[in-house]
Amino acid sequence: MIKAILIFNNHGKPRLIRFYQYFAEDMQQQIIRETFHLVSKRDDNVCNFLEGGSLIGGSDYKLIYRHYATLYFVFCVDSSESELGILDLIQVFVETLDKCFENVCELDLIFHMDKVHYILQEVVMGGMVLETNMNEIIAQVEVQNRLEKSEVRPFLSSSKSFPLIYVFGFSQVSAIKYSLSVL
Amino acid sequence: MALKIVKGSIDRMFDKNLQDLVRGIRNHKEDEAKYISTCIDEIKQELKQDNIAVKANAVCKLTYLQMLGYDVSWAAFNIVEVMSSSKFTYKRIGYLAASQCFHESTDVIMLTTNQIRKDLSSPNQYDTGVALTGLSCFVTPDLARDLANDIMTLMSHTKPYIRKKAVLIMYKVFLKYPESLRPAFPRLKEKLEDPDPGVQSAAVNVICELARRNPKNYLSLAPLFFKLMTSSTNNWVLIKIIKLFGALTPLEPRLGKKLIEPLTNLIHSTSAMSLLYECVNTVIAVLISLSSGMPNHSASIQLCVQKLRILIEDSDQNLKYLGLLAMSKILKTHPKSVQSHKDLILQCLDDKDESIRLRALDLLYGMVSKKNLMEIVKKLMLHVDKAEGTTYRDELLTKIIDICSQSNYQYITNFEWYISILVELTRLEGTRHGHLIASQMLDVAIRVKAIRVFAVAQMATLLDNAHMLTGNTQRNGICEVLYAAAWICGEFSEHLENPMETLEAMLRPKVATLPGHIQAVYVQNAAKLFATVLKSQEGNTDSTTAQEASQLMIDRLPLFVQSANLEVQERASCILQLVKYIQKLQQKDVEVSEEVCALFAGELNPVAPKAQKKVPIPDGLDLDAWINEPPSESESEDEQPKAIFSKEEPKHSRPRHTEVDEKELARRREARKQEQANNPFYIKASPSSQKVYQETPGVEHIPVVQIDLSVPLKVPGLPMSDQYVKLEEERRQKERAEKKKKDKKKRKEKRSGRGKKHDSGPESEEDITPAHMVDIVTEEMPENALPSDDDERDPADPHKALDIDLDKPLADSEKLPVRSHRAAEVLKSPAEDEEGENVSSLEPKKKSSKEKREKKKDKDKDRKKSKEEKKKKKHKHEEKEEADLLCGQADEPAFQSEETNEVVTPPTSTSADVSDLDFWLSNAPVPSNTQEAATVAAAEAAPAPGAISVTTPDSEPEEPKDTEMEETKSSKHKKKKQKREKEDKEKKKKKKHHHHHHHHGDKGGEESVQNGTVEEEEPLPPMSNYCLLAENSYIKVMMEDADEAYDIQGNLQDGSQVVVSVIFENKCDSFLKSMEFNVLDSLNSKLQRPEGSGPHDSLTIPFQLPPGVSNEARFVFTVQSIIMPQKLKGTLTFIVKNEESSTHEKLDFKLHFTCTSYLITTPCYSDAFAKLLESGDLKSSSIRLEGVNMPFHHLLARICFHHHFSVVERIDSCASMYSRSIQGHHVCLLVKISSQTVSVDAKCDEPTLLGNVLDEIKQTFSQC
Repeated sequence: MIKAILIFNNHGKPRLIRFYQYFAEDMQQQIIRETFHLVSKRDDNVCNFLEGGSLIGGSDYKLIYRHYATLYFVFCVDSSESELGILDLIQVFVETLDKCFENVCELDLIFHMDKVHYILQEVVMGGMVLETNMNEIIAQVEVQNRLEKSEVRPFLSSSKSFPLIYVFGFSQVSAIKYSLSVL
Repeated sequence: MALKIVKGSIDRMFDKNLQDLVRGIRNHKEDEAKYISTCIDEIKQELKQDNIAVKANAVCKLTYLQMLGYDVSWAAFNIVEVMSSSKFTYKRIGYLAASQCFHESTDVIMLTTNQIRKDLSSPNQYDTGVALTGLSCFVTPDLARDLANDIMTLMSHTKPYIRKKAVLIMYKVFLKYPESLRPAFPRLKEKLEDPDPGVQSAAVNVICELARRNPKNYLSLAPLFFKLMTSSTNNWVLIKIIKLFGALTPLEPRLGKKLIEPLTNLIHSTSAMSLLYECVNTVIAVLISLSSGMPNHSASIQLCVQKLRILIEDSDQNLKYLGLLAMSKILKTHPKSVQSHKDLILQCLDDKDESIRLRALDLLYGMVSKKNLMEIVKKLMLHVDKAEGTTYRDELLTKIIDICSQSNYQYITNFEWYISILVELTRLEGTRHGHLIASQMLDVAIRVKAIRVFAVAQMATLLDNAHMLTGNTQRNGICEVLYAAAWICGEFSEHLENPMETLEAMLRPKVATLPGHIQAVYVQNAAKLFATVLKSQEGNTDSTTAQEASQLMIDRLPLFVQSANLEVQERASCILQLVKYIQKLQQKDVEVSEEVCALFAGELNPVAPKAQKKVPIPDGLDLDAWINEPPSESESEDEQPKAIFSKEEPKHSRPRHTEVDEKELARRREARKQEQANNPFYIKASPSSQKVYQETPGVEHIPVVQIDLSVPLKVPGLPMSDQYVKLEEERRQKERAEKKKKDKKKRKEKRSGRGKKHDSGPESEEDITPAHMVDIVTEEMPENALPSDDDERDPADPHKALDIDLDKPLADSEKLPVRSHRAAEVLKSPAEDEEGENVSSLEPKKKSSKEKREKKKDKDKDRKKSKEEKKKKKHKHEEKEEADLLCGQADEPAFQSEETNEVVTPPTSTSADVSDLDFWLSNAPVPSNTQEAATVAAAEAAPAPGAISVTTPDSEPEEPKDTEMEETKSSKHKKKKQKREKEDKEKKKKKKHHHHHHHHGDKGGEESVQNGTVEEEEPLPPMSNYCLLAENSYIKVMMEDADEAYDIQGNLQDGSQVVVSVIFENKCDSFLKSMEFNVLDSLNSKLQRPEGSGPHDSLTIPFQLPPGVSNEARFVFTVQSIIMPQKLKGTLTFIVKNEESSTHEKLDFKLHFTCTSYLITTPCYSDAFAKLLESGDLKSSSIRLEGVNMPFHHLLARICFHHHFSVVERIDSCASMYSRSIQGHHVCLLVKISSQTVSVDAKCDEPTLLGNVLDEIKQTFSQC
């Protein structure tokens, strides 16, 4: 089970939080702070697993994260999840974001938190992995976006009007390393 | 109307949308909170509008604010409004907001039930999808109950997109509404074979998640998962399944054996690292579950270790980390395989990644041995020097101490070396673990007597160089070691070379800057030293040294008398006055040393951590009663000093001061006066008793554990001196850094000289013998400690043991309790009413299994308690119902009937599903329908509380089975059906018999003693098929006297088998594990062992027993001749594990196979019976039983129950009975009773068998 998915930037500002277990808002913020504290002091060339987040879970839980340019993607999972699997899942998620937003950057996440949520909902549901096939995820997201466009007049869905400041360094990150999404 | 829409749109034009809100917040960095509060006001306005688009926009913004930490629960109702919009766009916004901020106590949730139901059945699959996604985050027990059925329907939706979501959400529903599991499970299982890989993956996901919590209940799915594992190419699915198998293997070692091969293949073939890693992990789990005596698996271990080495050597830090993690799992069971990779692990200590270094440290802990301890610690010490960052250095420090002190210093061969390591560690600056080093110093000095001379010398040096440790006193935890140093020097001052010097060092003015509790120890131990000095000067004509000592004390102590610390002040002023008095006496030339020494006489021994708990409470002492009525408010004054005191109390194993007020103390003293008087280890205040102790010569009564330690000084042989060279190097390094310890150098030289002397010794490196006796004093226990109350506190926390066993957190198992999976109330639950036609096909399954459960329960009870007849009748009614149901089911296609069977079988009755599994797992060439019979027999065993029956089909010929699974499957089910039908018939018949007995029964049998009440209708006396096999203080083993005997094909002579059910009951408070059952085979009877094991190998019992738990295991025996009773000797070995220790225990028993146990209750019609008697093939024999004082129907019931007969006909006080042996012998009885005399005339085609059966019947009635 995935207990929580947190996305925050290099300064600890939350960009998306998704808890699969209820925590009150102040507790959520505290968890974000603690997680940021744990994750941010680690070099980029160390392993992506962390034990010992005290606020969330306990000994059965691990933090598995990836750091892309300005953003940390942190998944808090229990021992039923494969560590390498989750690393690949994060990669799938980020690559999906990249495709859906066409070169995703932090600003996309800032201004379109709702859309990021909708994409995430096609990947993880209620703490369990729903879909790992990127094409399938994108297909479902696109159908739903079309559905939305047909319902709401186009002037509401504002197109991207801000510059791409922080483009993710995808070239640095190799593709899905542990060859998981082979279907 | 049009105008209104336009107006709405214009409104929205001017409203802020999410992007505007974000932009606004970013532009108001200075006054963000203020800006947001104005935004919230705007949102509140927007929510008041009728336009749903405006509302949705507002809710969307709220979702964003929620992320920033704002509580938006006040808008819950508006969120529900947006959720119920007909437009997908707004609905999605609403559900997103709900999923982010709704939780169980959100009260508006109950308004959503109908809306969600509507969405779930929406023609638009995305409406359904959005609702499912949202619901997965905020499902409550009520919602789960109300919607379970709708969701279950969606599991069969035409769109895979919906199916997979529905499957996944079922897990959440199960968690919230456990009763739904059983009804929904068959469909969930179907989804494992869904054509869509996504749905399949979801189903695997859910079942794995369920099985992880209660693996036992899902063992029966193993064959299905095995099939998936070998056929699936989806790595996600494979990983989940393989992880699941990792959880299942500990329960069923045979499963592990079956898994090894496919897993090994995967390890070789896969290119996905994640899959490889999980395979390795599961192989490790398998190897752990198989007992270590499996030589043919060493290849698997090697493969794992080799693959892990590749992971660890990889440049990818993630793989390295996981490799180490898995390696530590192997280490526990196969330390040798890991130890050969020590180089690699030590290398990891240099890694730049702290997580990896910590993992490597964990591994090292398990890798040490006597041989390599010094080497490993030396490496670690180097790392301590190099380490940057106190956290990692502290971690190293604790690891070094852990490694050295593990298992009661098992691996330390040289304590001098260890003391020097500890001293070396004191040079660490800024460590938090001063107290840890200190307690180690104390522990070693107290418990290893031979080391005291050395330890005292080292501690004296430490005290002398105290200023090095106290750089910046307050924040430096390391000064804690001075506490230990001072105490050791004081307590063992007789070993000091120069006590006067040390005394001076302890009274330096600088000491006053140390923390209070350390000063207190200084003062107290200065007094001890002072006593030693006086003693050493005794008889010396020149009394100047003694007087100097007194003067020194008098000069320096006033500093401590002024201390702000209460403890220091008190001790100092006492001692100061004492010394002043002594000085006076000295001036009069009075010998005082003896009296002064008496102050500190007696030995202090370590007290076991649990010692206090083990003191039995004396009679008449009520610990809960108030000794004094609780005092009124005026406590505050007392409390403050207490708090200070306890705050400063160091964590040492030293005896502590308990803060109790005088009165209470007096009472306690009173209460325990007796014990104290008898206990030599109490240090008493009265001087008289101290003298007594001085006179008691030794410390013989102190329990001493001798361990085979060696101190290299006197141990000859090259390797040891090699080690010594290493030791030497370490010492030199230490020397370089710490120049001042000159006396130590001398010592060292002395030692090396001695070591060389013994170089030519004859001893090999293996048997390291203790050079001089080194004892480790065990921790002390009160002498009247109760040995049995070992884990007294465990029963209060029974889940603890379970936790360890299942490796699952307690809270989770509570979420989905095992019992509630098949709770009896299934039918009453409200959801069931709604489930209507959808579930109707499931209904019979549920019902029947429910009844079985009840019956099973009943059966257990009934073995002990007699039962009312009424109840019995009711029961029979149920049975009939069940029988009908079963017949009905048998009409279903074979495949489904398999499923049914698996579902129906109550998961906890291990027997049934395990024997199904047995079939799948057994590698032995057991004909399949034997297993079949076992299954049926097990299922059958439950409903019939009386005579246990197994029919063997004697009419239709059955073709022999081959062991190939696929083929047997279909035929297997056919047979099962047939058998079931038969049994049902038979059961009905038997019921008739029961009726028969009861209605014709005479009055006046035994009353149910257990119930204590006389029932209106005469009860049957309690009967149990289980007899005690063996028992000791740990375990009780009950055997069902070889009840279910069955033949393979009607009446063929070969391969007859007997199943013995054995109940193991854990009677002690410890955990019993690794139980192995073994029986010494005779020529005639052999225990069936899995293929590949030898004739003397024992069988591992596939479960462990937490305290107080019992479980049943079945063993299959092959018997050749059944005409004679048999006795087989056997042994049960097991490990008793509790917190501190684990011990091997063994229990011998004798299995008694009576001839009766080879009989099977078989119905016989009176005409067939008459024919049989007429045939003239039967030999006759008879017995008479005198003084049988029981009603006739009891008598018959007993014969039926204990000897597996069935009544053919009964006329008044005369009855004919029939039974058949597993090899087809007919046994006929004619039983008559007249005034307490029973005559049994019997006929059988095998006279020996008949004779034995009659003897056994006689035996039965002689016992009652």
